[in-house]
Amino acid sequence: MAIKSLDELKKIRDASKKKVDLREKGESTDNMIELLVGMATCGIAAGARETMKALNDAIEEAGLDNVKVIQVGCMGYCHSEPTVQASIPGKEPILFGNVDVDTAKNIIDKYIISGELLDDHVLNRTFRKA
Amino acid sequence: MAIVKATINGMEVEVQSGTTILEAAKKIGVRIPTLCHLNLEGTGIVNRVASCRVCVVEVEGRPALAPSCAEKITNGMVINTNSTRAITGRRMAVELLLSNHPQDCLTCAKNLDCELQSLAQELGIREIKWQGEKMDYPIDKSSFSLIKDPNKCIMCRRCETVCNEVQTVGVLSGINRGFNAFVGPAFNLDVANTACTYCGQCVAVCPTGALTEVNDVGRVWRVLNNPDKHVVVQVAPAIRVAIGEMFGMESGSVTTGQLAASLRKLGFDGIFDTDFAADLTIMEEASELVHRIKHGGRLPMLTSCCPAWVKFFEHQFPDLLDIPSSCKSPQIMMGSIVKTYYAEKKGLDPKDIVVVSVMPCLAKKAEATRPELTKDYNNDVDLVLSTREYGAMLKEAGVQFDQLPEEDFDHMLGESTGASVIFGTTGGVIEAAVRTAYEWITGEELDDVEFHALRGLEGIRSATIKVGDMDLNIGIAHGLGNARKLLEDIRDGKSQYHAIEIMACPGGCIGGGGQPYHKGDMEVIKKRQEAIYKEDRSKVRRKSHENTEIIKLYEEFLGEPYGHKAHELLHTYYIPRETI
Amino acid sequence: MSNYRMHVMVCAGTGCEAAESKIIIENFKEELKLKGYDQEIQVVKTGCFGFCGQGPIVKIQPDNVFYVKVTPADVKEIIEEHIIKGRRVERLLFEDPKEKVKLEKHDNMDFYKKQYRIALRNCGFINPEDIEEYIAFEGYEALGKVLTEMQPEDVIEIVKASGLRGRGGGGFPAGVKWGFTKNSPGDEKYVICNADEGDPGAFMDRSILEGDPHSILEAMAIAGYATGANSGIVYIRAEYPLAIKRLEIAIDQAREMGLLGENIFESGFDFDIILKLGAGAFVCGEETALIHSMEGCRGEPTKKPPFPAESGYRGKPTTVNNVETLANVCPIILKGSEWFSSIGTETSKGTKVFALAGKVNNVGLVEVPMGTTLREIIFEIGGGICDGKKFKAVQTGGPSGGVITEKDLDTPIDYESIKEIGSMMGSGGMIVMDEDNDMVEIAKFYLDFTQDESCGKCTPCRIGTKRMYEILERLTNLEGDMEDLEKLVDLGNMIKDTALCGLGQTAPNPVLSTMRYFPEEYEAYAKREKTKSYRIDPEKCIGCTLCAKACPVNCITGKVKEAHVIDESACIACGACFTVCKFDAVIKP
Repeated sequence: MAIKSLDELKKIRDASKKKVDLREKGESTDNMIELLVGMATCGIAAGARETMKALNDAIEEAGLDNVKVIQVGCMGYCHSEPTVQASIPGKEPILFGNVDVDTAKNIIDKYIISGELLDDHVLNRTFRKA
Repeated sequence: MAIVKATINGMEVEVQSGTTILEAAKKIGVRIPTLCHLNLEGTGIVNRVASCRVCVVEVEGRPALAPSCAEKITNGMVINTNSTRAITGRRMAVELLLSNHPQDCLTCAKNLDCELQSLAQELGIREIKWQGEKMDYPIDKSSFSLIKDPNKCIMCRRCETVCNEVQTVGVLSGINRGFNAFVGPAFNLDVANTACTYCGQCVAVCPTGALTEVNDVGRVWRVLNNPDKHVVVQVAPAIRVAIGEMFGMESGSVTTGQLAASLRKLGFDGIFDTDFAADLTIMEEASELVHRIKHGGRLPMLTSCCPAWVKFFEHQFPDLLDIPSSCKSPQIMMGSIVKTYYAEKKGLDPKDIVVVSVMPCLAKKAEATRPELTKDYNNDVDLVLSTREYGAMLKEAGVQFDQLPEEDFDHMLGESTGASVIFGTTGGVIEAAVRTAYEWITGEELDDVEFHALRGLEGIRSATIKVGDMDLNIGIAHGLGNARKLLEDIRDGKSQYHAIEIMACPGGCIGGGGQPYHKGDMEVIKKRQEAIYKEDRSKVRRKSHENTEIIKLYEEFLGEPYGHKAHELLHTYYIPRETI
Repeated sequence: MSNYRMHVMVCAGTGCEAAESKIIIENFKEELKLKGYDQEIQVVKTGCFGFCGQGPIVKIQPDNVFYVKVTPADVKEIIEEHIIKGRRVERLLFEDPKEKVKLEKHDNMDFYKKQYRIALRNCGFINPEDIEEYIAFEGYEALGKVLTEMQPEDVIEIVKASGLRGRGGGGFPAGVKWGFTKNSPGDEKYVICNADEGDPGAFMDRSILEGDPHSILEAMAIAGYATGANSGIVYIRAEYPLAIKRLEIAIDQAREMGLLGENIFESGFDFDIILKLGAGAFVCGEETALIHSMEGCRGEPTKKPPFPAESGYRGKPTTVNNVETLANVCPIILKGSEWFSSIGTETSKGTKVFALAGKVNNVGLVEVPMGTTLREIIFEIGGGICDGKKFKAVQTGGPSGGVITEKDLDTPIDYESIKEIGSMMGSGGMIVMDEDNDMVEIAKFYLDFTQDESCGKCTPCRIGTKRMYEILERLTNLEGDMEDLEKLVDLGNMIKDTALCGLGQTAPNPVLSTMRYFPEEYEAYAKREKTKSYRIDPEKCIGCTLCAKACPVNCITGKVKEAHVIDESACIACGACFTVCKFDAVIKP
């Protein structure tokens, strides 16, 4: 599917736009929850692969069908890798740090299911972006 | 080309744009010391890597010093070559080099010929402030031709430039990093296990003792003093126009008579001239050429007197081994004849004869050891000295070469023609061959033997010579990179030549790897070439087939040129080799 | 789903914790329980908000209200006023120092504008292996705009006007570089992305390539259009397998969508990109060495001129841009040069990514506008020095740079100012050192790196850096003397003045700069006042014998309850005694 013009490109952009809004502001038209896992070399070295697997396992275990796990790059918080951003429609996205396997399970069981935040694991976005 | 103006040490200078600071400074008489820089004008040997940092100068407005060998003059540049800053940078570069140098100057093969040594003297270095670890790598003595001592390598890269860009052999390159970097074959393989042709051009340009020849002087002294051995010597054409340089004579002095006299002084039993063997080579090679032309053989035919060239095509063009002439080189032909014809005539057992060669070449040392060039008795040639080693022997023996009376070579294998003398320069072998082939093909006498179209110093030359009703297309290349171009044309079926002469060294044997060091002065090589042609003109006989001793050799011993016995004794075969 | 309707988020970063955030949390929990809200409202300990100067910080969600300088005594008021009555506690809101108005949302605070992500804009937000996610964030729109609406000259003009300079260290204006290549005659030209990131501690290029590979591909295509090149090559070190994989996927996807290849956006412009893997030699980050390496030759620099813009890859005009530089290109095209040049300082526009490492709490990648001070980066964004130690110096510019000390922490950082204070921007490595760091050892570390990574081509770098390193070794082994210090300076200056390439010329910087700021540490070694061994302070030692038991070479003696002594000649300086001592009685060498 080759893009032949700027208009065609913008159509694809608009179609993909809801992701942007969910990730940045927690706004979305459907009910999908997104979990972004920092999967750059630094994250992987800190155990992001295991984290991602644990997230998927916990989602399956809980029988959730509205949660997507997506790999992304490095957000820069090396001091707290692995990092996971949870974007629930209607809520401000929450960034979790030092997400080991247990914490990953807790993110699903506590935060996604019952909205409970996890002590010592919530990070704050400290930047703006262009 | 635009003219640019600059100031060097307060003096105005006007040069073509593209001129380096070093060249511009030279033009107004300002000398800037250099070390890695080398520019053998006309040969394509230019080393401008700017790695040694000895030639650094101060350019106003620049944050750092500039290497004058590589930095081009631009308009309005203000240059200071001897400010404290420039001198400090330069001196420290030399001191640093010395701090990682064995400093065994007194016993080094390059003692008094070393450019690093001269530079240290020129800059008045009396103390090396920086002491520390020195490189400690094994010395590569794997080959019969050259010795590589990485510990004396100063990374000037001249050898690398010559090996890669000029010769396209590609054996030498920088290896390792940082302090451990030096120039050597990939993976620091022994030279003997590489495609090295032993042309010795790396030795010829090495400023230090990192690359030197295998020294055979001791072995020659031993055989000379062995009463059971009959020691015969031969000297190549290019020696007579170069060795004088080692004894304070002017470049281009022809010293054939002194050479013969000096050999006699050292006590050789037979003093022969490789020129004789060169005439013999022409008899065979011209016959082979005429044969190939008349019988539709493989053309072009390539000369085969240069052992570096032979090894080059064995490695690089193993698919073309049927193209070169099967003739052995003159040095080997001489050995072969000495150990058969001469031995027979003298009633000597070949085993008791030692053939020593004095050659301008390091590849000749390796050539003499090739297994296919030995007979059941022993090697055709036993020991090979370079011009430099022979000069050193004379000095050791106290022979004042420049003051010797002129003498002649011993007869039987001592006569030579002008055709054989020119073997020493690029274009000479093929000119000698044409002089003979012309008369053989046309049956007419050749009046003007000088074929100026074949002469010169351009890397690749070609000429068409009218031989009767046929146009003989001749190609000439010196420097293996140039040879490669002609060979590639042959491989691609584009070559129009009947015969091609190839010599590995720039200028031919006069610029050989065993000659007195030219130290980057191309004039020296030019003068040697002029001397070669001068020697040719002085000869009564200037065509190989007119050499009376050669005629006698065929009558008494060999029979027909290119005949059965000649084939057995004077021809060889080639071996396909790998590139690494 | 959610049982909690509200979250009280309390910063438990090092700074805030020191300022009683623990107690604040306890108070919140107790008070909420007391009032019966503990099932509705959750109190959460969070990581550093990065606004340590205003700590402790409490944020109430989902109201998104941000309280600063909260004390344990304030907890009750926040609960009663905000949580129960829904009214803001005005006095605890942050007051904008300029506008003098109270701000309740942290997004509006200047502090959170400190980090401004342009190059890292998509990192951590998009799936790098999904081109559609890149497109969702306006991906390939810059390329589309350039190809369909602009002339190459216009593109170069925009980049020039933006003031974007090379982020790999040199700081050369990118637009000018593109202009040189465009104006060099030749029908075959190349765009090279220099992804041979080699500074110890710097990894922003890797993060960009791993997190947002398409942004680099798009920028390369734009550079190609501007300079007249149809081929792009990413020279990337083989030690970056994930970045390579993601680039490969991205290239395939871009080709599939027609965003690379022939006739992109039906404009008639062809551009394709391939990868070349390097062995990761530091010197191959130097553009001429990089090109030689790409050509299959030994990775060695050659003299410039000629610059790659005239004669580069295969002798053709070539633009070499660093990853981070390219990452800035698309936003510049879309938002305009004025937007970009409004960020930063007079001479240095836009932002710079720094890899913050060493003895700083929040190690990581930060992207700040040019002109941000080191104090802001280290103490505010970075959360200050670990374990409450004292800041000593920060090394910027990697092995080519120098150290910056306390007195220059408030200098707004840009290419020029950082040079003036004796260091350089480099590729953005920033290593923070505390009072425990030995500056001579630090300099030795960097010199070890450069002399090891020297290509060996020129004399000063090959032998000179080795000799400098040997002198440093002598000094730290307490075998040196004062004369060695002079030698270091002489050699350092000579190498700076004579080495062939930038790497050699800058190699002495860490030594020269530490010598300048910490001469006493060098002198201590030269005068052999430094000891190699640990010592015990007899005043503090109570004779607990722990150290003696821990010493692996049994060189600590002393009776129980009496001060112990270390035999300095036998001490191997392993530090075991220091670690076990509970009374701070062991003194480091």
